[in-house]
Amino acid sequence: MPGYSVGAVESQRAHFDQPLHLRSGGILPAYDLVYETYGTLNAAKSNAILVCHALSGHHHIAGHYRDQPDNIGWWDNIVGPGRPLDTDRYFIVGLNNLGGCHGSTGPSSINPATGKPWGASFPIIAVNDWVHAQARLADRLGIDSWAAVMGGSLGGMQALRWSITYPERVRNAIVIAAAPKLSAQNIAFNDVARQAILTDPDFHGGNYYEHDTRPVRGLRLARMLGHITYLSDDQMGEKFGRELRNSAFSFGFDVEFEVESYLRYQGDKFAGYFDANTYLLMTKALDYFDPSREDDGNLTATMARTKANFLIASFTTDWRFTPARSKEIVAALLATGRNVSYAEIDLNFGHDSFLMEDAHYHGIVDAYLRNIKL
Amino acid sequence: MTHTLGRPDFDLIAGWIEPGHRVLDLGCGDGTLLRHLIDQRGVQGVGVEIDDDNVLAAIRNGINVIQGNLERGLDEFADQAFDHVVLSRTLQTVRHTEGILAEMLRVGREAVVSFPNFAYWKNLRSVLDGRMPVSEDLPYQWYDSPNVRFFTLLDFEALCDKMGLIIRERSVLDEEGNPVTNEVNFLGSLAVYRLTQNR
Repeated sequence: MPGYSVGAVESQRAHFDQPLHLRSGGILPAYDLVYETYGTLNAAKSNAILVCHALSGHHHIAGHYRDQPDNIGWWDNIVGPGRPLDTDRYFIVGLNNLGGCHGSTGPSSINPATGKPWGASFPIIAVNDWVHAQARLADRLGIDSWAAVMGGSLGGMQALRWSITYPERVRNAIVIAAAPKLSAQNIAFNDVARQAILTDPDFHGGNYYEHDTRPVRGLRLARMLGHITYLSDDQMGEKFGRELRNSAFSFGFDVEFEVESYLRYQGDKFAGYFDANTYLLMTKALDYFDPSREDDGNLTATMARTKANFLIASFTTDWRFTPARSKEIVAALLATGRNVSYAEIDLNFGHDSFLMEDAHYHGIVDAYLRNIKL
Repeated sequence: MTHTLGRPDFDLIAGWIEPGHRVLDLGCGDGTLLRHLIDQRGVQGVGVEIDDDNVLAAIRNGINVIQGNLERGLDEFADQAFDHVVLSRTLQTVRHTEGILAEMLRVGREAVVSFPNFAYWKNLRSVLDGRMPVSEDLPYQWYDSPNVRFFTLLDFEALCDKMGLIIRERSVLDEEGNPVTNEVNFLGSLAVYRLTQNR
């Protein structure tokens, strides 16, 4: 791997007392955001890059914790000295979004008004709410404008939303494996995932914390389904094929094919640490995302409000957010005369490709970032 | 004769493009022409390129590049979005010849097209000698050539006529990049055209 890890990192917490008025009409009177930073903010405060996370991500993007050497950030392969998000050059900020379950205020946090976990009473959060909350963190850090806001999948949608909501505060937006809005099929997958959670008897209408239980079965199913959509058919075929754990059919319903074993393992692992209410919130944020609604569905009119330069990237094997979806964004940007480059990257890992380390993919991000003005 | 961009047709094309114009370069390679036009003539440029390495090089060059396949059309571009749409030494590699020419004049006011002339006398002599031509402007062996269409100036002009395209200007160059004015279909190795559509 070219470049180096950022090494040991620490997370920080910022408390905000100013109420946040949400798209759903709800209000968060106060909230915490946990975040991490890597590299050094320059004197002009012009070298900051915000990395937004996707559905299951969080603030721990890169490096490891001193007491947890194996707890490596989810996008470590792209952040560090000599890596595309070069910490010798940029000041990288990652945070856990509102509604999350990794330390920022979310459904599993204690609601100060009741002294109990928010649970079902936690308001529905929209992508734009995250962006407003992130803007307050930027204020706190003294960052007037980001050199770049970037992300993959739902993270890419936040980068896109940033460029629309705060055109003066985003000089570059790097939008990877995203879409301008979800398709019916995307929403359908999300709803099946939600149904798995909502119908789990341990869900208790979202207030499972009080019952000292968790809807583990539903969350596990939701993750198994989601995971299938993150991978490509080819990749699953190559990785698992029809391999059996034992050499012969057992003619039963226990785990038999390797792909079953893999999915169950992924589902169990995820259900072990992730919060089901957060999963519900994240999928709803995805479903509601459609900035062009403000312009009667005219995405070009929406993108005309942006001022950033754009790098849009998609992956050939991504069937969750196909290259055609990224090209909708590209076409809208081209029609407005924005500076935009688009790379369609041939990687075999489906939607998850955006997390993979690949010389060409990382080369594109690196080349783009090296040309931005700090 | 020296050519600032290493490609004589680039110099010609650059000379035709007004400062501040919007330019789309189809098959932009590493973005050399657009970089030159942006730096020297202040144009707003976008390139389209299919090859991964070229896309990377163009981004490194600070060019707006859209990765895509010309054979599939130019759907992501709006009608008449550009003043000039350039297709340099690429038409002979495209199967949908009429399609791409029509698309160029849909998205642009003017098409600038350069291509190697198959009827160039050295190419003809080579064929008469029984071998497919290999020259400065047709630098490939028959078995590794990206070219799928072989045509001459006269062929191209007949197609323009059939499609109702108007030839605004034509420059013809020999293998060294020097202008050719007589017997162009025989003495010219590379042709550069400016085309518009009757509106």
